[in-house]
Amino acid sequence: MSDPIIEIKQMNKWFGNFHVLRDINLTVEQGEKTVICGPSGSGKSTLIRCINRLEQHQEGSIRVEGVVLDDSSKGLEEIRSNVGMVFQQFNLFPHLTVLENCVLAPIWVSKMAKAEAEELARKYLERVRIPDQADKYPGQLSGGQQQRVAIARTLCMNPRVVLFDEPTSALDPEMIKEVLDVMVELAHDGMTMLCVTHEMGFARKVADRVIFMDEGEIVEENNPQDFFSNPQNDRTKLFLSQVLQH
Amino acid sequence: MSSATHWTPKPPRPAPVHTVGVRGWIRTNLFATPSDTLLTLVAMAVLYLTIDTLVHWAYIDATFSGANRDACLKAVQGACWPFVDAKLGQFIYGRYPELERWRVDLVFASGVIGLIPLLIPAAPFKRANVIYLLGFFPVFAFIMLTGGRFGLEPVETTDWGGLLVTLVVAITGIVASLPLGILLALGRRSQMPIVRSLCIGFIEIFRGVPLITVLFMASVMLPLFLPDGVNFDKLMRCLIGVALFSSAYMAEVVRGGLQAIPKGQYEAAAALGLGYWKSMRLIILPQALKLVIPGIVNTFIGLFKDTTLVLIVGLFDLLGIVQFHFTDASWATPETHITGYAFAAFVFWVFCFAMSRYSIFMENRLSTERD
Repeated sequence: MSDPIIEIKQMNKWFGNFHVLRDINLTVEQGEKTVICGPSGSGKSTLIRCINRLEQHQEGSIRVEGVVLDDSSKGLEEIRSNVGMVFQQFNLFPHLTVLENCVLAPIWVSKMAKAEAEELARKYLERVRIPDQADKYPGQLSGGQQQRVAIARTLCMNPRVVLFDEPTSALDPEMIKEVLDVMVELAHDGMTMLCVTHEMGFARKVADRVIFMDEGEIVEENNPQDFFSNPQNDRTKLFLSQVLQH
Repeated sequence: MSSATHWTPKPPRPAPVHTVGVRGWIRTNLFATPSDTLLTLVAMAVLYLTIDTLVHWAYIDATFSGANRDACLKAVQGACWPFVDAKLGQFIYGRYPELERWRVDLVFASGVIGLIPLLIPAAPFKRANVIYLLGFFPVFAFIMLTGGRFGLEPVETTDWGGLLVTLVVAITGIVASLPLGILLALGRRSQMPIVRSLCIGFIEIFRGVPLITVLFMASVMLPLFLPDGVNFDKLMRCLIGVALFSSAYMAEVVRGGLQAIPKGQYEAAAALGLGYWKSMRLIILPQALKLVIPGIVNTFIGLFKDTTLVLIVGLFDLLGIVQFHFTDASWATPETHITGYAFAAFVFWVFCFAMSRYSIFMENRLSTERD
């Protein structure tokens, strides 16, 4: 078996005096799909933001493809280019067209030729089913389309793992499905994925493992079937009864 | 329940006729309510009186030709345009030797040739154009204007004047202040405490003193600190003073733009693997600068008009040279002053208005909002 893509050991993080992540241990193998859920404020977004060092942890260690994340910024850009991230608010670059959003990092970070990058971008735009919007600006697209562009933009860097930070939370109900469909397809293609989401249907369908967090701790982790049908911890049961009721 | 019915949306109808077209516009914008109607009538009366007075002074009662003050001494007095006509050479070139003025014309022309295609977005060869304007043109202008090389007669900067000085000071200030201001703004938001403190110090000092003080320090006090024999040109010192002064203002304008960019943009850029300079250049600054185009142009316009202050250190810009020629006894008429000032004001207004319109054009062009 190859090395894990992500290996977090005894990781702790504070925001000022607030202990936001406590003794986190997490290993993600290649091709694994992990869903992280939990109430708001439980630290799940902060956890995945630590993995590409948008947040800095204070104790313990995080390794991404064997490289330790620490204060030396050397190699950080390289790690970030291998770790894709999809944000809740899409964070597309509004001054660039859809195509320009997608080719930016391949050209400027991976030093790819422009024609090659555009070909790649069109391939991924096709895959997220918006090839005909390539020349529009993000502001002209719906939320669901924007999020799919954001996924395509991330895929253009050919990442080893993609982090999803509540990718459907800012979307209208009618658009959630189109984004989830793309994510399901991506999962079936074998992408390593780490998703913070409240979409329990998605977790059931594609996750290899579901992690439940509360108060900055990993409370429970299990395969989706057992996680939903037979939660062990009372806190997990309470959470599931609240999110699954409707 | 019966089976589902097929639903078709209602077809659109045209808007009511009194809300569209010329009639609709007049009705909604000028005479919507009784108080609107009153305001419209008052505004029209004020406009009529102002324009009537102006047209009488500048055109109907004005004098258009003559060789000296006698032509302008009439019973009903209007503008004395022959004064401007006679002094136009002075107003544009100052005391630049008459035989060498073609050099200034050549510099003006080559500047305009470089600038116009740059301002037209559809014009091709933008890269070559920028290299010409920022690389070749300044060197060419410097050599042509100062002379002393390639068989050109040297012309001291103390002999420059009028519009030439105004444009040299304003354009140098504009071109230097934007990049300097951007660097200062980035420095002020830097995580590095020493860089940040230096930038804050620079900005607050230059923004906290009047431009006159900066110019005065640059031209009178700076030489005192330099060793004997080391002396550089007075105009050059003014240029540096103006550039530093306006870059402090520019820095604060740009900082406003940087602060308006959501944190998510920085994060998305970082998450893609872009480093600091690349994300600034490709993601943050293009958006931030676009947001503050009105503020940037505001600073440019302020700078353009502030060039009149170089008079304080003995350089004659357009306004300075116009005022200087009021003392000419052969043109002493009651209307000379106001004619001269009107001319200077008009020239300043043309440049500033052009900048203003171009900025609005660029704002619209760069807008990527939903139409």
